[in-house]
Amino acid sequence: MSTDLIRLDPCGLYVPAADIHVDPWRPVERAVITHAHGDHARRGSRQYLTSRRGQGVLRARMGTDARIETLDWGERLRVGDAILSLHPAGHILGSAQVRIEVGGEVWVVSGDYKLTSDPTTTPFEPVGCHVFISECTFGLPVYRWPDPKEVFESILEWWEENAASQRTSVLFGYSLGKAQRLLAGIHERTGRHGAPGPILVHGAVHRLLAPYREAGIALPEVEMANRSSAEQAGGRALVVAPPSAGGTSWIRAFSPSSTAFASGWMRLRGTRRRRGGDRGFVLSDHVDWDGLLNAVEATGAQRVGLTHGNTAAAARYLREDRAIDSWALPTRFQGEAGAETDDPEADDGGDTPRTDDSSPKGGAAT
Amino acid sequence: MKAFTRLFTRLDRTTRTSLKVEALEDYFRAAPPADSAWALWVLSGARVKRSVHTGRLREWVAEAAQIPLWLLEESYDAVGDLAETLALLLPEPPKADRDPPALHQVMDDWILPLRRRSDPEKKELLQEAWDRLEPQERLVFHKLITGGFRVGVGRKLVTRALASVVGMEPAVLAHRTTGRWEPTARDFLLITSPDADLPDPGQPYPFLLANPLENGPAELPGPPECWQVEWKWDGIRGQLILRDGEVLIWSRGEELVTPTFPEVAEGARILPSGTVLDGELLAWKGEGPLPFHQLQRRLGRKRVGRKLLDEVPVTFLAYDLLEQGGEDLREKPLKERRRRLEALFSQRNLESPTKVDPPGESRAGLPLALSPLVRVESWAAAAELRGRSRELRREGLMLKDRESAYGVGRIRGPWWKWKVDPLSLDGVLIYAQRGHGRRASLFTDYTFGVWDGDDLVPVGKAYSGLSDAEIREVDRWIRGHVVDRFGPVRAVEPGLVFELAFDGIRPSSRHRSGVALRFPRMARWRRDKPPSEADTLAGVLGLLQRMERDG
Repeated sequence: MSTDLIRLDPCGLYVPAADIHVDPWRPVERAVITHAHGDHARRGSRQYLTSRRGQGVLRARMGTDARIETLDWGERLRVGDAILSLHPAGHILGSAQVRIEVGGEVWVVSGDYKLTSDPTTTPFEPVGCHVFISECTFGLPVYRWPDPKEVFESILEWWEENAASQRTSVLFGYSLGKAQRLLAGIHERTGRHGAPGPILVHGAVHRLLAPYREAGIALPEVEMANRSSAEQAGGRALVVAPPSAGGTSWIRAFSPSSTAFASGWMRLRGTRRRRGGDRGFVLSDHVDWDGLLNAVEATGAQRVGLTHGNTAAAARYLREDRAIDSWALPTRFQGEAGAETDDPEADDGGDTPRTDDSSPKGGAAT
Repeated sequence: MKAFTRLFTRLDRTTRTSLKVEALEDYFRAAPPADSAWALWVLSGARVKRSVHTGRLREWVAEAAQIPLWLLEESYDAVGDLAETLALLLPEPPKADRDPPALHQVMDDWILPLRRRSDPEKKELLQEAWDRLEPQERLVFHKLITGGFRVGVGRKLVTRALASVVGMEPAVLAHRTTGRWEPTARDFLLITSPDADLPDPGQPYPFLLANPLENGPAELPGPPECWQVEWKWDGIRGQLILRDGEVLIWSRGEELVTPTFPEVAEGARILPSGTVLDGELLAWKGEGPLPFHQLQRRLGRKRVGRKLLDEVPVTFLAYDLLEQGGEDLREKPLKERRRRLEALFSQRNLESPTKVDPPGESRAGLPLALSPLVRVESWAAAAELRGRSRELRREGLMLKDRESAYGVGRIRGPWWKWKVDPLSLDGVLIYAQRGHGRRASLFTDYTFGVWDGDDLVPVGKAYSGLSDAEIREVDRWIRGHVVDRFGPVRAVEPGLVFELAFDGIRPSSRHRSGVALRFPRMARWRRDKPPSEADTLAGVLGLLQRMERDG
């Protein structure tokens, strides 16, 4: 593997030809950031490179002092002996795949991505390459996503049912990405038919709406969620909050309520039940099994490295059934493949955007 | 099937009893009797004979999903529920007009005939079913054909909901649905019609179950005189029914086990017809009971050979009289039922009613005997006796309110079980596997080892005893300390020590350590102990020897 364009070093994925890291786990000189979620974008690096569409959310996360440079989709940048470019990944606003070309050989790091439709992101674009490093959070054939249209219909039905019986609808989804996708998706539908009640959001969600609005994403009118705004709505409100708000005294202010989670993990009854919510909506920002196979095929890659989740099974399947040289890339420091990240408590693949950026996980790792 | 699937989904979605009852009531109110019959049957835990070998089923689903079988197994490992895994893997059904059949049609046309078909025919039939069912309906369908239908409702809840829909007393309905009836519209209408005259003599009464007494009897209302004290026997709860010249033995799982205990059935003929006894089936030889693992050799048999009958004779120790002369006695106070029970046994010259414990009770080898009363002057005396339970092969003491009626199910108040403190040892976590159901995808099934020289040898598996927060913490630790994988099993570094509580220990040739623990569970996480200070195999074997000697 001495000729690999990318190798794993103690800080994460390293590109020797460009002396640059992709989504490093620790502070480095130069970091390419696929997207602004806490386990991909960490504070403390000297210089960041990200997509122009992703700049706003990354800034909101990294603070005003961080040095952030941007690239347009497909814009080529020579760094050392490498040519870098960023391509849409469809995960959250501005999320990118990183294309690295050195002497005619091309590697692509997918970051997190999905193929299902989402009005808040630029759709995933397959990029031809020799080696594809793909996320694999949901790398088992039981994970197949329903059409988001149907999911949003059931979310609205649930909201309407609750509103009719004056139970506040509390919908949990991550404050960066999932929450905005939920709001945009609901907006698309209620814009036409009217909403059952007002939409209230948790502070952590509220803080991240501005970059989305600035990027031209249509979001509904929302208010800050608190006891008085909920009381005013008389049980007709929809509250969008991060999962970390579950079980807190803050959330109890909305009682009586029906709670629901929006996440790919909701595909399994066991997780749905364990999370203790009343409903689980299968809505993921990660690629599902069929999407993973399609993406791999579309890149034309002969080698595929898999990271996060059920990497061993997916790698074996690609090797044995698709004749693609495939291997599992360890994620961070865990021994077990998918450690931490396939923990449903961490929801979508450990994309654990924190309500508080100073938390140990979102902050600079040492 | 649509309505039943909706019921399943509603039950599955909630943990609130009121919502579950509401869902059940909605279902029973709308469903035709033929469907209700099957719904009642499966929801109250009655078995539908398995109609397809699950190995075959897995192969066919893998084929339909166009994935290799090992990938199906990996998926099952992550999902933790076979019926659900298969439903998730199957390709979307064709979008054509589907008209899913009613529940009873699913049972009558697909599931029941399935058992008699050849493999290729089975496969064809399944394909037909898959094509006509939505994904969630398929899950329910798979639950029905694989024969394990659990959705977090017990018989009690189902009975309660149905009773309110048909306007009957839950206790009456519970009695009628216990035991022998067939899931047909006819039987359903009969058992749910309040004035039906039911001819079947074989119905057992729903069992009254005891609650554990966590903090000792001091907090019970009333002095010891208010309580009937008995040994808690380490056997199998059973109901002995004599009606219309027929003898029936029901286990607590409401299985008819008469052929498994021919000596008891024969011995019971001495009692008059119209008698129902509640009691314990025990392996008994000489002066006392045999260990539970001896009784286990008798279980699940349709026919018992002479040799086994000699080696492991079984006695029914009666402790309650539920019916006499065809009269239901359950509303009478326990002291009255006990008085009648003793009189009945004395009349028939069975166990002498004056005979009481403490130990040394006799009448060994009789297939029918009275569970003796334990006379105690004070709770302190009771505690002392309870302390001797293990050496006498008892599980502790039972405390029963002498004024109480014989209720239905696990109600608090009338019966308490005051079990002996468990045995314990400190074991090292060596293997972990993902859990099932609610805990699927977390590592929750653990195997523990004790030291044999420099080796850790497995002595037991445990699943319960940790809080959800501890489970998540252990799960994370496991993921970071895997040293080897064998299919779904992960071997981990020796690092975590747990105190295991267990109820017994027996020799086992299936375990490398040579011993197996009975009911092991995690009593606590010994964060204070390094693995080197865990127990040794020599220590565990010593414990086994002591128990064999004492018992």
